[in-house]
Amino acid sequence: MFESLSDRLGKIFDGLRGRGALSENDVNEALREVRRALIEADVSLEVVRAFVEQVRERAVGVEVTRSVTPGQQVVKIVHDELVRVLGETAVPLDTATTPPATILMVGLQGSGKTTTTAKIAKRLKDKQNKKVLMASLDTRRPAAMEQLRVLGTQIGVDTLPIVPSETPVQIARRAAREGKLGGYDVLMLDTAGRTHIDEELMAETAEIKAVSDPHEVLLVADALTGQDAINLARSFDQRVDITGIVLTRVDGDGRGGAALSMRAATGKPIKLIATGEKMDALEDFHPGRIADRILGM
Amino acid sequence: FTKRKLDAATLDELEDVLLQADLGMDTTSAIVETLRRDRFNRDISGEDVRAVLSDEVGKALTPVARPLVIDTAHKPFVILMVGVNGSGKTTTIGKLAQKFAAEGRTVMLAAGDTFRAAAIEQLEIWGRRTGAPVVAKPAGSDASGLAFDAVTRARAEGKDVLIIDTAGRLQNRDELMSELEKIIRVIRKVDPTAPHAVLLTLDATTGQNALNQVEIFGKRAGVTGLVMTKLDGTARGGILVAIARRFGLPVHFIGVGEGVDDLQPFQASDFAAAIAGKEQ
Ligand SMILES: Nc1nc2c(ncn2[C@@H]2O[C@H](COP(=O)(O)OP(=O)(O)OP(=O)(O)O)[C@@H](O)[C@H]2O)c(=O)[nH]1
Ligand SMILES: Nc1nc2c(ncn2[C@@H]2O[C@H](COP(=O)(O)OP(=O)(O)OP(=O)(O)O)[C@@H](O)[C@H]2O)c(=O)[nH]1
Ligand SMILES: [K+]
Ligand SMILES: [Mg+2]
Ligand SMILES: [Mg+2]
Repeated sequence: MFESLSDRLGKIFDGLRGRGALSENDVNEALREVRRALIEADVSLEVVRAFVEQVRERAVGVEVTRSVTPGQQVVKIVHDELVRVLGETAVPLDTATTPPATILMVGLQGSGKTTTTAKIAKRLKDKQNKKVLMASLDTRRPAAMEQLRVLGTQIGVDTLPIVPSETPVQIARRAAREGKLGGYDVLMLDTAGRTHIDEELMAETAEIKAVSDPHEVLLVADALTGQDAINLARSFDQRVDITGIVLTRVDGDGRGGAALSMRAATGKPIKLIATGEKMDALEDFHPGRIADRILGM
Repeated sequence: FTKRKLDAATLDELEDVLLQADLGMDTTSAIVETLRRDRFNRDISGEDVRAVLSDEVGKALTPVARPLVIDTAHKPFVILMVGVNGSGKTTTIGKLAQKFAAEGRTVMLAAGDTFRAAAIEQLEIWGRRTGAPVVAKPAGSDASGLAFDAVTRARAEGKDVLIIDTAGRLQNRDELMSELEKIIRVIRKVDPTAPHAVLLTLDATTGQNALNQVEIFGKRAGVTGLVMTKLDGTARGGILVAIARRFGLPVHFIGVGEGVDDLQPFQASDFAAAIAGKEQ
């Protein structure tokens, strides 16, 4: 469906091979195509603008070598810059603190918080031998607590017993207590989905954060998100100071530009990617692969 | 008010508005090009520039703003809900059940998501809220078998409408799309004319991938209409304009919250005005 950036740039630069350095004009023309490719890949417009300027600085005056086409050269510059912005070095999940290390999961409705909560718990249990407790603070979505309980049973991880009519903040307190008394290494707090402009629920998130003092606050966001990615990432970050991002539905065929938007908007690392509905579909983040996707390579 | 000319700078501004609403590059360019051709350098008197933009977007959406008509010749009228994970299928079923009940129809629900944890319990809660009986089997049962039972039972009990939930699936998962085809084949063993509507839920926060969703779900499941959910956030859902231009599928409803009443008929002009950022 998409003509790849390389193909398009190839057309623009046909006949330019071996002509010396890339002129400002060449670069401008190429950058129009880069802009188009990024927008088609769902990168938020504001981030596209800043990004294109960074690429411009690097591209003007670059020598056109004989062995590589100018199109390929620009693609490489764009790709390198994408990897740089996405975060060159992996930042793993951090649980090194006085136990229990609390991980708070936040995000929009349906982004994948509950599923990812269970996946992370399973990973910590299986790979790092951690004793994990999961608690659902979602008192709103029908059967949300039951969903986490079922997943806990499936993966063999404890869930905080459900007590009807408690508020999310009360559950957070009880979870913290149980996390300590029960000798858990990690406490995972799943929360109800919320739109980032829902003042009441965003205030609730801040209060949950205040009472649970999490070591990690992970924003769970859909890789298929469009231009809204920058708004939602910024809002959650401003409100609860997230420590990282988990990108879900990376198993889809979306281009994943939201990754770039959210990283650029918050400066917070993408720590993990979710690649399916099954409990082991959780992977480390590789910026190069997302860069390839964004560019349709 | 000040008169403004629709100059190049203003057109660039409008282009940004459309791109930020997720219309995508091609649709945005086409709309901006129309404005340039028809209105360039003319004074836009008495009118906001945004109103002009809103009109232009509205033109693409008006033909697809069509209500969901329940043909009472079918008893039950079978609605199959499909869509990618977390897009709002189950919640929309709850809202629809409420709406149909308020219209005096008898409604039955079928818990066809036998895969996701507690999906059945979620639908059962919506059934209790709206007074609709729910046909369910234990988690892990075959979804098409459940659909078969549900159509059979709804017919035997003379229900007006049966809404069948399905598990979320990404459209690029071929085996899951085949499963959806199988559900439809099995439903037709009971009623060859069913399903009478196949509704695809699209999450308003989704970007360009929604085009692929409509294309593939359309091909594999015979989607008859769309519902766009989560428009109560800041996402404008502008990909719907690109979808309207490419596929022309009816858009029946929008979801504007998690509550049972947070479902509204799709109104082209309101939707266009929101995309254009026009005060209403
Ligand atoms: N394909 C795919 N589906 C996923 C992924 N992560 C989660 N899901 C599915 O997305 C849907 C929503 O996931 P949940 O974990 O319930 O999302 P949530 O954010 O907890 O939703 P709310 O609590 O309602 O806000 C479910 O059908 C999950 O199975 C993923 O990485 N890939
Ligand atoms: N803000 C808002 N949230 C919505 C809307 N529609 C659904 N939701 C929420 O989105 C989340 C996912 O909704 P579901 O109805 O479970 O979505 P689904 O498509 O059935 O999900 P799966 O079955 O897991 O694929 C839930 O938290 C819903 O409450 C809406 O219009 N606005
Ligand atoms: K989403
Ligand atoms: Mg949840
Ligand atoms: Mg569902």
